[in-house]
Amino acid sequence: MVDVPYDGITGIPPAEVPEVELYHPKSWWTQYVFSQDAKVIAIQYSLTASAIGLVALVLSWLMRLQLGFPGTFSFIDANQYLQFITMHGMIMVIYLLTALFLGGFGNYLIPLMVGARDMVFPYVNMLSYWVYLLAVLVLASTFFVPGGPTGAGWTLYPPQAILSGTPGQEWGIVLMLSSLILFIIGFTMGGLNYVVTVLQARTRGMTLMRLPLTVWGIFTATVMALLAFPALFVGSVMLLLDRLLGTSFFMPSLVEMGQLSKYGGGSPLLFQHLFWFFGHPEVYIVALPAFGIVSDLISTHARKNIFGYRMMVWAIVAIGALSFVVWAHHMYVSGMYPYFGFFFATTTLIIAIPTAIKVYNWVLTLWRGNIHLTIPMLFALGFIVTFVNGGLTGLFLGNVVVDVPLSDTMFVVAHFHMVMGVAPIMVVLGAIYHWYPKVTGRMLNNVLGQFHFWVTFLGAYLIFFPMHYLGLLGVPRRYFELGEAAFIPPSAHSLNQFITVVALTVGFAQMVFLFNLAWSLFEGEPSGGNPWRATTLEWQTPETPPGHGNWGKELPVVYRWAYDYSVPGAAEDFIPQNQPPTTGAIQGAAP
Amino acid sequence: MAETVLTNTGQGAGRLPGWQGIAADWASDQRAFKNVSWGKAMMWIFLLSDTFIFSCFLLSYMTARMSTTVPWPNPSEVFALNLGGKDVPLILIAIMTFVLISSSGTMAMAVNFGYRRDRVRTAILMLVTAAFGATFVGMQAFEWTKLIMEGVRPWGNPWGAAQFGSCFFMITGFHGTHVTIGVIFLIAIARKVLRGDFDVERRGFFTSRRGYYEIVEITGLYWHFVDLVWVFIFAFFYLW
Repeated sequence: MVDVPYDGITGIPPAEVPEVELYHPKSWWTQYVFSQDAKVIAIQYSLTASAIGLVALVLSWLMRLQLGFPGTFSFIDANQYLQFITMHGMIMVIYLLTALFLGGFGNYLIPLMVGARDMVFPYVNMLSYWVYLLAVLVLASTFFVPGGPTGAGWTLYPPQAILSGTPGQEWGIVLMLSSLILFIIGFTMGGLNYVVTVLQARTRGMTLMRLPLTVWGIFTATVMALLAFPALFVGSVMLLLDRLLGTSFFMPSLVEMGQLSKYGGGSPLLFQHLFWFFGHPEVYIVALPAFGIVSDLISTHARKNIFGYRMMVWAIVAIGALSFVVWAHHMYVSGMYPYFGFFFATTTLIIAIPTAIKVYNWVLTLWRGNIHLTIPMLFALGFIVTFVNGGLTGLFLGNVVVDVPLSDTMFVVAHFHMVMGVAPIMVVLGAIYHWYPKVTGRMLNNVLGQFHFWVTFLGAYLIFFPMHYLGLLGVPRRYFELGEAAFIPPSAHSLNQFITVVALTVGFAQMVFLFNLAWSLFEGEPSGGNPWRATTLEWQTPETPPGHGNWGKELPVVYRWAYDYSVPGAAEDFIPQNQPPTTGAIQGAAP
Repeated sequence: MAETVLTNTGQGAGRLPGWQGIAADWASDQRAFKNVSWGKAMMWIFLLSDTFIFSCFLLSYMTARMSTTVPWPNPSEVFALNLGGKDVPLILIAIMTFVLISSSGTMAMAVNFGYRRDRVRTAILMLVTAAFGATFVGMQAFEWTKLIMEGVRPWGNPWGAAQFGSCFFMITGFHGTHVTIGVIFLIAIARKVLRGDFDVERRGFFTSRRGYYEIVEITGLYWHFVDLVWVFIFAFFYLW
């Protein structure tokens, strides 16, 4: 991309976006607690999401303890095991990953990267966080109500989700659905802000095709979330009515505890359609921000422009659009009309094309780059291999005939943990190592970081690789214990023990990471404003951490795309987006 | 500096027509929708999201209605009113629909007078709109009461499929909530208009943002959307 001038003299277009009237905090409370500053809201979102995420991490340890050593731990019974599974899944997918990528990274990075002073409606943005916090508190409260949290599985399929055989039928399921409804309301308030900020509040010179891919990923994911969450909202409301008012939207007539239930005439399949119309886009709501962020990490730390920027943008948009027409590939065994499977298998496999374009472009960005094996780069590389791995097993499961025997086995568990668990978490961790210096002004400790990366990366493979094998053996998922089954050899049991030991080790490595975060806040090496010598706007702020209003008196003006690394003839190996072209370089027509 | 002051950036004259213009806007810097304020853009995107919610509700209702094995109650009979000894089908709902559509008309007039900075007329028309809305909700409450008296419940009814009551109360209830929220906002904004908040660009109590007459239009967008949704509910629930 060449430098594009506008009027030949100043090289900058007239301002169309007015100066934001910032809300200036008057007290400690409005500065740090009820703050309207997107950066503070981002940190609040991140800390809340991480806190509830730690709960989900502990739940996964308990599940692994039971699976690895069945019968050893008397404090885990079958009902609790189901509750652990349900809460682990729901927290990780929605309350951790969605909230962290969109509420956390979105809030922090969007205004800084597009050159805005804040989100367009900071008050609504603040409300978004507080409603999210309320949703998290309602969710967490289910651990303390009679009957405990729901054990219906994170998909909450009726009829079993609200029948009396399922743990948490009294309070757990009601609070879970209420919490989801709250989460969606809170997210909508934030999501509208992110979308409008990207569309309508960019700084001078920042065209959509000059946005860093991070913003593209978060933006597209937010648009998708605004269109996909409605289906979950409706499904949750209807299931709540089924449970509380005795309607039969999803409930067929059936025998419950030996008696004919009061329900009749509803369609359980309808819930599955609503759930997965949300659920599949949700996979990409988590994945697209990861795609975007990892593109920036790779480009910055390989000192090379991203390969095929335009294709990367269009691939993000294409994946976002396609993900709305693939949902029923989660329902091949549900008993839906069989020919649907043909359609949904086809659309599912088509998604492999834009996804493969992205992977090739990451690899081609690395090719002959000046690769710095910093911690963010290590995590980015870890992401690529993990994502390719999980994506390939996705091709297996996308085909109806392969999916039917593999459905509800550990193979599925391995697949989605690789592709939407481990892979996005790799990006989250890499992104934290990358942007922590901007947020705090200090670097994270490198030695602890190396330890954290290698244990996490190798550990993730040691955990999830064997699970593919278990799945091929036919070991079912969600089972409290396997018992004596002829098709499960003793080696499967010892493999389960091995996985449990590794899982606990990886969990321990995350504690080291938390220690690193806390310790570096006070003792870390001061980073300066731009430690990675990156081009994007957030590294060019006058203060680090960025002050209220981000930019001092003048908003930055953008003259180039986000990827001017190692430009031949340039004095440095990076040219910030807001660096004006040198005299004589102005040529060409308007953009 | 004011957000809505920038409605003319001097770019309009040179803008390309049709798709080329749209492509040029999206390829340009700062704003994808030229001369569209943040508040208006946000309301449009919210309405898009809300459209998906109502679509999901209506599709679920259609699924339930088509897949049930029990006969569906006949809307012409269920929603009939006994007037002067004769059952008049759909009469109440016809009046409700007429009232709500009329409120869209008064709302549009309010927007017009708002941009002319005619405080009193804007406020009066908004209050008339709110009164129409409240009338609609009131008639809906009457309809609910009538059906409940006749034995319709969310979990069953005397005439057929239990899902009739479930869908009816859920969807009209959700729409009625939208109307009620709209009425509250209309009254709140009308009060601001009447007080002259938008003439002096007084700051909002919660948001501390300056207020403009455009807010009348944004409220109107929401109101027209709620009316439009009603047309679909009316068609799919009462006329099917």
